[in-house]
Amino acid sequence: MLTDPVNPSMQSRLEVRGLHLWRGEHHLLRGISFTLSGGELLQVKGQNGVGKTSLLRCVAGLLPAESGECLWNGVEARLAAAQFNQSLLYLGHSNALKQDLTALENLVFTLGLKRTVSDSDCQQALSRVGIPQCAELPVRVLSAGQRRRVALAQLAMSEAPLWVLDEPITNLDVQGITMLEGLLAEHLARGGAVVSAAHQPLLAGHPGNRELVLN
Amino acid sequence: MSVNSQSLSPFSLAALILRRDLHLAARRWDQVLQPLVFFVVVITLFPLAISPELSELRRIAPGILWVAAMLASLLAADALFRPDVEDGVMEQWVLSGQPLAWLLLAKTAGHWLLTGLPLVLVTPLVATGLGVSSEHWLLMFSTLAVGTALLSVLGAIGAALTVGLRRGNMLMALMVLPLEMPVLIFGARAMDMGLHGEAVTGPLSLLAAMLLLSLVLGPFAMAAAIRISIE
Repeated sequence: MLTDPVNPSMQSRLEVRGLHLWRGEHHLLRGISFTLSGGELLQVKGQNGVGKTSLLRCVAGLLPAESGECLWNGVEARLAAAQFNQSLLYLGHSNALKQDLTALENLVFTLGLKRTVSDSDCQQALSRVGIPQCAELPVRVLSAGQRRRVALAQLAMSEAPLWVLDEPITNLDVQGITMLEGLLAEHLARGGAVVSAAHQPLLAGHPGNRELVLN
Repeated sequence: MSVNSQSLSPFSLAALILRRDLHLAARRWDQVLQPLVFFVVVITLFPLAISPELSELRRIAPGILWVAAMLASLLAADALFRPDVEDGVMEQWVLSGQPLAWLLLAKTAGHWLLTGLPLVLVTPLVATGLGVSSEHWLLMFSTLAVGTALLSVLGAIGAALTVGLRRGNMLMALMVLPLEMPVLIFGARAMDMGLHGEAVTGPLSLLAAMLLLSLVLGPFAMAAAIRISIE
């Protein structure tokens, strides 16, 4: 039953072909290709400055590549941007949080752009990432690790089949990394796909674990 | 994994953005007040520098009010998109799957509510000091309301174009000022004609027409500029 709605893994397929990117005089990405299906986690590795973030931004559609294509379920992502963006959750280097809003308000306003959310849903997501006590505090007063957790709370509520995460474990403590791995494993089990830039391996030993080394 | 984003209406999106910006403004009210303080201070300096003679001040009042309003809006425009671009929120807006032009229009509307409308409301107070009598309040409200809205949209286009640059505000002023000249000319002219008892419908209609045009085309220019700026 390929069209079974409870098993959407068949329709989550990211295909990147021959991606080339120049930054100024520097030929950063030289023909990157990979295919990622539902249930798989691609970890992009490489030294600092090798182009991990640029690759993720190209995949997310924030950065247009000079050549190559990025297909989502067989459709060029740039041509069906609105549709692709609804299937995508991108978390960059910055946590995309407003310092003057509380953790809860930040979640409501970020997720509210994608779908209708209630305060209690967001409160639950904050509990899921282990910081329910920070809901009413302005992000300005939170520690770097707590801010990261507020940003990661989006993952706990996400219905998007494709997650693109740039260094998601930055500033997280050991429990935080375990919590993130739990979220990732759930997402993969639901048939979602993840592209993540990471220096440390995540979900070691998971059957869907794949690796892409840039150099 | 159903994606139910279709349930969001454009108006609930705009309301969400307005609500967020009002929340933020309430916590950063000192920054929001900056253009208003600038506007009031500049206008109150003129009587001190030129002459306390009300008949003389009345003659140049429209020019003073409009130049001050224009510079205040230029001052405010730099902070329109910069914070959201710097903390990465704008990336989330671009990737939200919602029409970016509409989100930016809502943001600009909120910007006008917070920085343009207060100028309009405080104008009678400062205009009295320039010898403008209370019978002309409606005239001042209408011309400045349309004018500041237009200045906000033009400023937003400039801000979107220069937000990716480190010292973009000088460049923005250079780009936006020529575009704002017609607003200054027609706005000051409308107010001047009104103060002399002439009909103002001509220049006021022109201002309103320019506002409608900028509301229709401006957001698309902003969206394209933002996409380039955050690359």
